[in-house]
Amino acid sequence: MKIGAIAGITFKEAKRDRILYLLFFFGAASIVFSRVLAILTVGDRVKIIKDVGLASINIFGVLMAVLIGTSLVYKEIDKKTIFTLLAKPLHRAQFILGKFLGLVLILFVMTAAMSAIFLAVVYLHVFMIDWKLLVAITYIFIELVLITAVAVLFSTFSTPILSSIFSLAFYLIGHLSWSMELLIQKARSPLTRGFLRFLYLALPDLENFNFKTEAVHGLAIPSSIYAWSVLYGICYTAFLLGLAVLIFRRRDFV
Amino acid sequence: MARALEIKDLKKSFRLGFIPRSREILKGISLAVEEGEIFGYLGPNGAGKTTTIKCILGLIFPDAGSIEIFGQSNFSHKARASLGFLPENPYFYDYLTASEFLGFYADLFGLERGQKQARISSLLGLVGLDQAAGLQLRKFSRGMLQRVGLAQALINDPKLVILDEPLGGMDPIGRKELRDIIVRFKDEGKTVFFTSHILQDIEMICDHVAMIVGGKVVRQGPLQDIVSEKVLFTEITISGISPEELAGLGQEVAVKADRVFLRVYDEERIEDVLRLTAARKGRIHNLSCRTETLEDIFVETVTKK
Repeated sequence: MKIGAIAGITFKEAKRDRILYLLFFFGAASIVFSRVLAILTVGDRVKIIKDVGLASINIFGVLMAVLIGTSLVYKEIDKKTIFTLLAKPLHRAQFILGKFLGLVLILFVMTAAMSAIFLAVVYLHVFMIDWKLLVAITYIFIELVLITAVAVLFSTFSTPILSSIFSLAFYLIGHLSWSMELLIQKARSPLTRGFLRFLYLALPDLENFNFKTEAVHGLAIPSSIYAWSVLYGICYTAFLLGLAVLIFRRRDFV
Repeated sequence: MARALEIKDLKKSFRLGFIPRSREILKGISLAVEEGEIFGYLGPNGAGKTTTIKCILGLIFPDAGSIEIFGQSNFSHKARASLGFLPENPYFYDYLTASEFLGFYADLFGLERGQKQARISSLLGLVGLDQAAGLQLRKFSRGMLQRVGLAQALINDPKLVILDEPLGGMDPIGRKELRDIIVRFKDEGKTVFFTSHILQDIEMICDHVAMIVGGKVVRQGPLQDIVSEKVLFTEITISGISPEELAGLGQEVAVKADRVFLRVYDEERIEDVLRLTAARKGRIHNLSCRTETLEDIFVETVTKK
């Protein structure tokens, strides 16, 4: 109930943010523009639409999660609304979870709206719905949920600008960390290999949620990989939120 | 019976600055607030009043000491459920209407829909905002925000109400209404702990006061024990007599037209002034005794430290 109340107020606050609509506008424009790109391309035009469309949903979704997520908790502290909230019988963990869920809800609405535009553009091109695209979008959304947890974590102890930089760095590292496997294979010293292996385990691997290529090219993926990716997303998100609660519980609100 | 609020040897330091240096804000605060009383917490800016309140509310973790609310740790949910808090210069979600805003706070206490609506209506009536129930908070004046802030502090019908500078930014009528509300809390059996810079208000309504200077409570006790009935001086306004004739009977404060404003410190001299006025066929326009006020005691206490 309390978490729901906080989530509700977070949703109401986030949906008033102009940045959200600006990003949505650019996201939607980018998806529609993919049809123009397809016309200019030689070859399989629908693949261009699918590639650009999915990438747009992903990139603009991440920007929404980071830019809104990093400011929501900070705003409560900066404007001192948090004083009256935490003076009530409300656990700090409930506050963080409420903020997180409110943000996830707004991202769900935005992802759904961008996906609807994307599927409409694809439908207008091939006159059919490719359900594999929905699978790719679902995993993009799981990735957005994880990025939201990252944004909330950083916002519990840092300013919005720094938190945004940290969160975007997390996103980039998360998509490049798979290359660590190649480094491990090439490293000669066992010590270096051990260190790289530790880094690979500690760093996020956001490629676990990247099923865009498979969706665009219609490649089959074993269901165990789908399940593993969901489990990875849930565990990593829970870990980040746990860390956020731990930091937030010890904070003094001066 | 447990006290409404009991603070024992509360200490808090902050590390401030680019090269962090520890600064002790609270240096061992101890005070006790009995159930049903109005307790005034006074101090100059930066004395540690708001830091004490934040410690009570669990927004700040003290370095040492203990805080109990009705015998429970201030961090317990039971203690939190029994208190209401209005911060200084409150800022709230300005896109919500007054009703939505109070509804949100009611949800944090899990009030049922019917109970919630009844409580919101009665609170808006109590703070005089029943006409503004559907208005967004962004359209509220500072005084109205203070009132809606007070309403949110009362949403759970708390036994202990903590108010941080509640009278700041209010016009005289608003201040009087708020004072009346605070006195009504006492009649309902609630305990009120509040800070204010407006000492006349504290003097009017408080049962007990504590003065904090430099992070220490320097004086505390029942108001009647602190403020004595001692006459400091008598102010007399006279016409028909020249200021020169009154020299030596008191301190001349001002002369306006034919009126002389005189301050007499020696009570025996008052008789002399009256006798002289009668002899010269002058006229007394005002004669009033100025007793010691809380403000005098506060200024004396703060400057002594």
